[in-house]
Amino acid sequence: MNNSAPAFAAGYINNDGPKLITERFQFEDSFTLERFLNTGGYNGLRKALEKKPSEVHDEVREAVLLGRGGAGFPAGVKWGFCPEGVWPRYLVVNGDESEPGTYKDRLLMERDPHQLIEGCLIACYALGLSQCFLYVRGEMALAQERIANALNEAYEAGYVGRNILGQDFSVDIVLHWGAGAYIVGEETALIESLEGNRGMPRLKPPYFPAAIGLYGQPTIVNNVETLSNIPWIIDNGASAYKEMGSETSPGTRLFAISGHVNRPGVYEVEQGVTTFRDLFYGENFCQGIRNGKELKMFIPGGGSAPWFFEEHLDLPLEARLIGDAGSMLGSGAIVVMDETTDAVKACLRVVRFFARESCGKCSPCREGTTWEEKILRRIYEGDGRPSDIELLLDIGDNISPGPYPVAAFSEQDLEAVPFPPRQTTICPLGPSSVAPITSAIRRFRTEFETLITQRDSIPVSAAPIEVEQ
Amino acid sequence: MAYFTEENLRRAHEIIDRYPRAKSALIPLLHLAQEQNGWITNEAMTHIAELTDVTSAEVLGTGSFYEMFKFHPVGKYLINVCTNISCQLLGGEELLHHAEAVLGITDGETTEDGLFTLEDVECIAACTEAPCFTVNYRYFHRADENIFDEVVAELRSGRSPLDKGKQGDSGDIPSHGALSRIQQHIPIDRKAGITPPEDSKTAPVWMEKNTEEAKS
Repeated sequence: MNNSAPAFAAGYINNDGPKLITERFQFEDSFTLERFLNTGGYNGLRKALEKKPSEVHDEVREAVLLGRGGAGFPAGVKWGFCPEGVWPRYLVVNGDESEPGTYKDRLLMERDPHQLIEGCLIACYALGLSQCFLYVRGEMALAQERIANALNEAYEAGYVGRNILGQDFSVDIVLHWGAGAYIVGEETALIESLEGNRGMPRLKPPYFPAAIGLYGQPTIVNNVETLSNIPWIIDNGASAYKEMGSETSPGTRLFAISGHVNRPGVYEVEQGVTTFRDLFYGENFCQGIRNGKELKMFIPGGGSAPWFFEEHLDLPLEARLIGDAGSMLGSGAIVVMDETTDAVKACLRVVRFFARESCGKCSPCREGTTWEEKILRRIYEGDGRPSDIELLLDIGDNISPGPYPVAAFSEQDLEAVPFPPRQTTICPLGPSSVAPITSAIRRFRTEFETLITQRDSIPVSAAPIEVEQ
Repeated sequence: MAYFTEENLRRAHEIIDRYPRAKSALIPLLHLAQEQNGWITNEAMTHIAELTDVTSAEVLGTGSFYEMFKFHPVGKYLINVCTNISCQLLGGEELLHHAEAVLGITDGETTEDGLFTLEDVECIAACTEAPCFTVNYRYFHRADENIFDEVVAELRSGRSPLDKGKQGDSGDIPSHGALSRIQQHIPIDRKAGITPPEDSKTAPVWMEKNTEEAKS
């Protein structure tokens, strides 16, 4: 077994499981057309072109391929939302990966750009999409380079452009790149950005840009990892795909496990059957918590996800179960924190992210995330006020009203609140900032209280708080 | 008003031709302007406005939303140190403080010799390789103080430090503004054809296959 990440594919670790989208990562030249063709490349496209477009769509719907960007919506169903008879239709690829903890799309773009291009072509064929925009995050210079090179190769060799493989199938794929804005990962903001505007999400409805998207036309927005799975599905069939994983979450997923583990890395993991415990402690995966420490908490699906704890280790990586337990698998970003982690500091850092990345369109988010950061900072720096904990929860309630998704806490007889949160905003960015706050306060309230009561000078108005030592 | 050089003007037109509507080229053109000069000047925005048929205020309006665009001079090398959660857990903040001490500048500042600008940034998608930093958006994984010092020393002496990045990237790091060292080029005889949406209101030919065989 390959025990560590190869130098040319930083972070990726082969775990002996099924490899649907990382098979080529073992080769140093995996991003070249030559290697791609030598390892089954464009076979899925050839098979797709032998079928009717609607049959290709049916195959993807049948596979129950869940979107890998965060929301986990089935791609085949999303594809079906294009209104009949409205042309042209576009494909926009979301390669704006920037959710805290997430590292997978960059690897797929740098290491196997042709696989992604093939996925795009199959999607375009199935739905009659006449142009594809591959939106790569601005900060990913190498990914842009690899995709530019792959597209140049593919155009030259007749895989992209006019009369692909000599058939009546013509699609242009254009590399587009962003300029630094997390919110552009929200699909309507992505479209705004692609139209040359500030990347602010659009008011819903329509909920799906499949109805009204780029230039007001039907537009399919899919994540890089989602599209990278399509060639395998068409090449091997939906039934082979569904043999892996669970019924509601078939296939494999890329999980990036970072933080306090012995062997952090990006692993291709069979969904539904693998548990968090397998990932953190398994010999094939992260091989335990660093320095023999205990686990304190972990984020199961990116900075926007409510935190999980020791008692959630045996949950399988299954979107529905994780949702019912009060969090989400999101973008496959797992951040592990050991007992030495300061819960208030970790909470502050994640909230600072949302405060900095708020686009400013909706006031509950624009103002609220900034207040949350300010209050957390003063608590962390020892200037907190006794009312601050309630104030934080109250601000959170204004961004996301009602009970916020959170994990159960058996010690205090508190039940889980299932995902997703409600929102007073256009997009989920603001509500996401509440996740670390409610998670940390519910579980580690004493850490907040201790910081508040141990401040250097207590104002006259401050009421004493009893703290367990 | 002409801002772009002859070669960059050619590239600008090539970029615009890839979009059904010219305004979609705004962000790539702002990148091109930044590549030419290291930052974006008013003259650049005026020229981009002319090329895309929008006002220069609209160009600034779009550009100012995105943090990669700099509307003031920055160093030849922009060093971004990640301090988001995964990096913070493994020493990202300490690495940032070290960078501040070594370069003698804080977040957002540029060294007096114009060589380095330092930024404290959000997650840059290298979480399993924490802590990490980038130089002109080229990655340095699993960094520590020694690696940071070596990278700075190499850059000061005019050599490329990319082999220390542990990412499989190699070659030179272009000056701030340039991203991909390879540009997309669509050969004219291979282009499927890019038209404004109002000029392509019929279904693509291959969609006829859906009904063809059903009839037979």
